[in-house]
This record gives sequence, structure tokens and C-alpha cells, in this order.
Amino acid sequence: MTDPHGRDEATPVSAGSGLKMMSRATYLKEALLKNVFLLCAVMAVAGVALIFLFVGYRGWPVIQNPGLGAFLFGAEWSATYGKFGIAPLVTGTLVVTIGALLLGAPLAIGTAVFLSEIATPGIRRIVRPAVEMLAGVPSVVFGFFGLVIIRPIAAEMTGGMGFGALSASVILAVMIVPTIATLTEDALRSVVPGIREASYAMGATTWQTIYKVLLPAAKIGIIDAIILGMGRAIGETMAVVMVAGNAPQFFKGLGAPIATVTSQIVIDMSYASGDHRTALFGLAIILFMISMGLVALVRALSRLNAKRS
Amino acid sequence: MTSVPAVATAHEALTGNPRFSVRGLEFYYGDFHALTGITIDVRENSVTAFIGPSGCGKSTFLRCLNRMNDLIPGTRVEGKITLDGADIYGPGVDPVDLRRRVGMIFQQPNPFPMSIYDNVAFGPRLHGVSKKSELDEIVENALVRANLWKEVKDIMGRGGLTLSGGQQQRLCIARVLAVQPDVLLMDEPCSAIDPTSVQKVEDLMAELKSSVTIIIVTHNMQQAARVSDETAFFLQERQGEAAELIEFGRTAEIFTSPRDRRTEDYITGRFG
Amino acid sequence: MGKRWSNRIALGVLWACGLITVAALGAVIVYVFVRGIGQITPEFIFTKPHGVNAEGGIGPTIWATLYVTGLSMVIVTPIAVLAAVYLAEYAVQGRLVNAIRFAADTLASVPSIVMGLFGFAFFVEAMGFKFSVLSGALALSFLMLPIVMRATEEAIRAVPKYIRWGSYGLGASKWQTVSRIVLPAALPRILTGIILAMGRAVGETAVVIFTMGQAIYLPLSPLDPGRSMTVHLYTLAMEGINMDAAYGTALLLMVMVLFFNLSARWLAARNRRLR
Repeated sequence: MTDPHGRDEATPVSAGSGLKMMSRATYLKEALLKNVFLLCAVMAVAGVALIFLFVGYRGWPVIQNPGLGAFLFGAEWSATYGKFGIAPLVTGTLVVTIGALLLGAPLAIGTAVFLSEIATPGIRRIVRPAVEMLAGVPSVVFGFFGLVIIRPIAAEMTGGMGFGALSASVILAVMIVPTIATLTEDALRSVVPGIREASYAMGATTWQTIYKVLLPAAKIGIIDAIILGMGRAIGETMAVVMVAGNAPQFFKGLGAPIATVTSQIVIDMSYASGDHRTALFGLAIILFMISMGLVALVRALSRLNAKRS
Repeated sequence: MTSVPAVATAHEALTGNPRFSVRGLEFYYGDFHALTGITIDVRENSVTAFIGPSGCGKSTFLRCLNRMNDLIPGTRVEGKITLDGADIYGPGVDPVDLRRRVGMIFQQPNPFPMSIYDNVAFGPRLHGVSKKSELDEIVENALVRANLWKEVKDIMGRGGLTLSGGQQQRLCIARVLAVQPDVLLMDEPCSAIDPTSVQKVEDLMAELKSSVTIIIVTHNMQQAARVSDETAFFLQERQGEAAELIEFGRTAEIFTSPRDRRTEDYITGRFG
Repeated sequence: MGKRWSNRIALGVLWACGLITVAALGAVIVYVFVRGIGQITPEFIFTKPHGVNAEGGIGPTIWATLYVTGLSMVIVTPIAVLAAVYLAEYAVQGRLVNAIRFAADTLASVPSIVMGLFGFAFFVEAMGFKFSVLSGALALSFLMLPIVMRATEEAIRAVPKYIRWGSYGLGASKWQTVSRIVLPAALPRILTGIILAMGRAVGETAVVIFTMGQAIYLPLSPLDPGRSMTVHLYTLAMEGINMDAAYGTALLLMVMVLFFNLSARWLAARNRRLR
């Protein structure tokens, strides 16, 4: 018979023996506040839209010049000759990302398993903060470290100066460890508690339990973690710029200079103008869409996971 | 009042006007019909106990009386509840003001994470009292009425959460008394505190009922028998069905000569 | 006995993973510390760089870093906290909330170089703020928004429901309950989130390089340009001109970031103890 919130008629008239009516002022104040909060929450959406629209608006003309096909599949990126084909850059990003995942993902998953299944509480108290702090180290410091430590070692191994895919992959691998390790550990921890004990009770060793029971059970969470680590590697900029050598050419070996989508933007942005600058914004909008796509993928996976369990 | 069945005649002898008058209350959580056909009068200056097995809707009903259920999305109320003659679900009624007049004590003592003084002063400040001397007086008064003053008068600045469980519960009672409610709803106030504190809270109820109407939900039948003047027995007969008010009357009669078979079964411990 | 041996080997590998991860952090910290500590003098911290090889101190870059971080914190905190209040206290699950969460997740994962270009196109050029602390702070606030928002939402959700009931039961309105009970109770965890986000901002390079500029300048007005410590380190390292100053800058940067991280951890731990 009544709206349980009683808000439909907010008239300040007294009912019967002094139950106060909600005053219009109170009602308006509460409603106003709610809308202010909503406005703030919508800022996140507005922010994303603004980034997409503005970067897209600046990058849009690549459709005409050099044209979408020439932009996406063009094999040469050369500001001097006005050629803006991003295939070499995309290949570069692909190479260092795969390299980083090959080195970093096993290390990160191993660290996560170590933290959740093997380490004693005392050791965990050291390792977990270390992982978290690794996430906080600025990328320019990683780049600097890569430049002065990793690059000379890479030079020994591959010949040349050491600028290139190997150095970039190693540095990126270290940088994605915290992302993947933290999320994998969460996934392992959320495995139903009984399974672990059941496996041990059947005489399985620790490793068998990890390998045959826990990792499969945490599979979707681990895939999420790897996807987000991949996103981090694709988007990482400063550390790559400092060790990759920054030559927009196709992959010619681990020791040869290379450029990625992100590094090329940093290198060129300081002097680019006209079509060149437009092409850089074109690169940025591609990065934006990749990261949005990865987020959507992770969300779809977690919905799938929620449905299954 | 004529619409009230046999139940009403059983306690016509009691004095006092009805404070709460409930007629044909239906309550829904979304699609789930939780309560049906509740009709009851709660008299002023008395203690009324709601008893029944867990899940019988007695707490849900209690929360209808100060519209706490409004905070849960998807709940719906039908029927009529009046407080001193005014329809509490009437159009435009401010649930916030209703809750000031109908205070509530919860199962879990829930002091705010602030000092003892600020806990008790919270309500008065909310409703516009800001003068220090006035607040001091209200706080002292409320703590005295809650039988907590002697224990805390020298540690008013200490955090409310540092008190023992029983003291916390009395602090919550003082906090409610500070806004001078007409009714005090207590939702299993003693189930999370130690036995000596239970005694203190029960004594307190006896002292308070001259000035405040008290409704208590309890699992503990001995407690209902000790503290209440009238008792209402609720029961959900089958899983998934709406719960009903089975019997309502003077506590002494409910416990010695219940008229309904199901009440008797519950009281003698045959189920629930 | 293959089973026992494979178990031993596998456990050994897992131990190694844990150790390598710790060693990676240790190596970065120790190396930067050993090479940088000799540079840290009052002169280095407080004076300006001069000469072709940027001799002297890095004072203006420290100031610019703190300035832009502080300003972005001031910009982002009210918005992020109120947005989280909406999500945790007011919002009903639905399309809108989904969109907000998706947007926040996207903001959290957009590469900082994209934020940098956006900040350049929008704040520096379109809004006419030029290369300035203000442009930098606004662009950084996009980066911090999802971090502070998530921390605040979790903090608010961690406040027990029955404390809220106590407040409603006394006749408090929704806003009174949120502002006087929920937010104060959630405050330590909100602060932890803000501090962590500031740590991120201090270490950020790609955003500020295109919004605050690279000129070494002691910014006073928000519309002044400046060079952050990260940009300074990047420039020194890439040009290879003054590696000593680069090590010193890297060390100070690490100290600042660790300071933010450790204070966030300390605050979180203290808060846990109090409960």
C-alpha cells in the first residue's frame, strides 16, 4: 500500500501524533548529495571517453594519410621520408612482450606458488613485501638499471652494444613479475580449501598437489594474471626506450636494436609535427584499444568463471 | 480493535494504551513472502517479548517497526502500522525521524569507533544539540539510566570499543536513550554477551519500562519469561512459507496455559 | 622413487623462483644505493643543476616532482573518494555500475604513454595550460583515480554493516551515517590508497614528460613548467652526460617511492593492530 521509502510526497505536514514528515529540504539535500557522488563516479567513464575521443580525434587522419592499410601494415617507419607504416613497431612490441612473458610468467607463477604453498610465514613476510615493492619501482629506474647492468651483459651474449630485444625482454620480465605473481597468488588462495587436503590425504606429494590439483583449479585466475601482465608489458614505455636501441626495423636477432609502439612515441614526440604527430596519436589510440580489449577479455573470463562455479 | 481475533480478549485486562498498533501486516523480501497477517497491539510502559524458532520472522517484524527494512533494497510492506495513532508507513513520513523515536539495540554490540562520550553524544549532535554543557548533561543522564555511568565516568575519552562486551551493549543502550526514544526495540540483545552482563541488561529493562516501551526479540524462553509482560509467539510452519503470529497474550498465561497447540509444543521444547 | 625426486627438484625450482624475485628487487636497490649514496649531499638536494653536464644539484626537479604529485592528489582525492562512496553506499548493481567499473579498470590499465599524449593534446594544447604543473597534475590524476577509487571502495565495504545500523537506528540520515561513521572508520585504509597512488605518481615519467615539459625550472605557480626527477634521470641516462648525477637522482627517487610504499604499509599494519 505504500512505497517503503515514503518519498513520493515529501510534504512537511504533521501526521497524527507528531510523526515528522520528511522535510523537502532534507529530501532535496540527500538527493543532491547522491547525485554529486554519482557525478564523481561517472567521471571515470567520462575520463575514459575523453581520452578515447581526444587521442582518437588527433590520430584519426591516419585513415586518409597514409591510409589505414598503409598505416597498419606498412613495413617502413621513417619520419624523414614521411613513411608511417607501423608493422615494424608492432612486431617489436610483439617480440619483447613474448620474450618478457617467456621469462617472466614462469618466474612469477613459481613465486606465487612458492608464496602460497611452500614458504613458511616468516619467509612469506619477506618475499611478499619484496614482490609488492618491485611493483612500486619506477619504470625509469628499471630502465636505468637495465641500461647500466643488463645491457652490458646482453652485449657479452649477443655481441654489439646490447641494445635490443634481449635487454628489453629481461627488464620487462622483471617488471611484470609483481603483476602476475600477486594475481596468481590470489587465484591459488581462492581455491576451495578442501581440495588441497584431499590431495595430500591420497598420498600426493607437494609437487603433485600443486601441479595436478591446484594449478588446474586456479587456471582461469592465472590466465587473467598473464593477460594483465601482458598488458603491462605492451604498455610499458620508459624502461623499453632506455634499452631497446630504438631503431624502427623488423626483428633481426636478440642483439639488434628494435623499437616498439610505445618507445617510438617517446622518441619521436619531441620533434614530430604534422602527419608524423598524427601517426603517433594513431599509435596511442591503438594502444588504448588494446588495453581496453584486454580488460574486456579479463572481465569476460571472470564472468565465465563465476558461471561455472 | 474489533478486527483483532481471540488474541485481543486475552489481554484486555492489561492497562495502558497501545503504542504500536499493527493490522494485517504482510512483508516481502523481493519475491519471498516473509510475514503474513500480523495483527498485534504493543502497550506502552511494558516489555513485550517476541519468541519463536530461528527464521520465524520475529527479527524481520521488529525491523518493520522502525523501518530498518527500508535499507534493504527490494523489501515491501503491506498493511498498517501506527505509532501513537500515526501511520509510520504513511506518505511523506520521515523514516529517519521515526528511528529517532523508535530506538534499536542489536544482537552484536556496535559502538562506533570513537570515544565513549562521542558515542553517546552522537545522536543528540545529529539532532542539533551542540552546546557542551547541554551535551554533558544528556550524556551523563543517558549513561546513568543505562547503569553504566559509574563504570565509565572517569574514562569518557576512551574508545567505546575498549569496553567489555556487556559494557559495550549498555553503551549502545545509553546511546539510544540519549535521543529520548518512546520505544526501544531490542534484537536479541543478550545473545552475544556474558552471563553477568545479561543480568545487568535485564535489570535495566525492568527499570526503563516505566519511561520507555520495550520490545525484545529473544531466543531464550527463560529470558522472555523473566523480563516481559506480554509475549508473542511467531512461527514459520513450513520452509518457504510466510511466518505468522501464532499466539499473543500475557507472558504468564503463554507460559503456563498456552491456548495454541503449537505454542505449547515450542514452549515445552518439542520443536524449534 | 621418481616421485620423491621430481618433488624435490620441483620444490627446489619454486624456492629458486622466490629467491630470484627477491634478488631482483635487492639488486636494483643495492646497486642504486651503492652507486648513488656518494652523490647525496645537501648541495645535491638543494641546488640547481648548471653547466653543460648538469653539474650541481637537482633541487628544482625534486620540488617539481613533489609539487605535481601533491597537486594531483588534491585534485583526485575528493572525486575518487566520493565516486567510491557512490559505488559502495548508493549504487544498485546494474548497467551504470558495470560501466563505471569497466571504465575504472580501463583507466587503470591504459599505458601511461597514452595518458601522456592525451594530457598533451587536451590540457597542454586544447585547454591552453601549456607545459605546466597543472597540466601534469591533471593528467596524473587520471592515473591515480582508479587506484584511490578502488582502495576507498574496499575500505568502505570493510566497515561492518552493524555499525551503520547503529547509526541509522539513532535516526541518522544516509549522508550523516556516511560522513560521520563510515568515512571516519574507513579513513586509515583510504589514506593508504592515496599514499600508494602518490607513490605511483612520483615514479611516473611518460605522463609528466609530455605535460609538465622538460625544462629545468623551479615552478611556483601551477602554470609554471618543470622537470620531474624521473624525466631528469631519463635525460641524464639517455644522454650519458653525468652518470654520477643520474645515480644520485635514481637513489633519491627510490628513497621517495620506498618512503611512500613503506608508510602505506605501516599505516595498513597499524590499522590492523588497532582492530
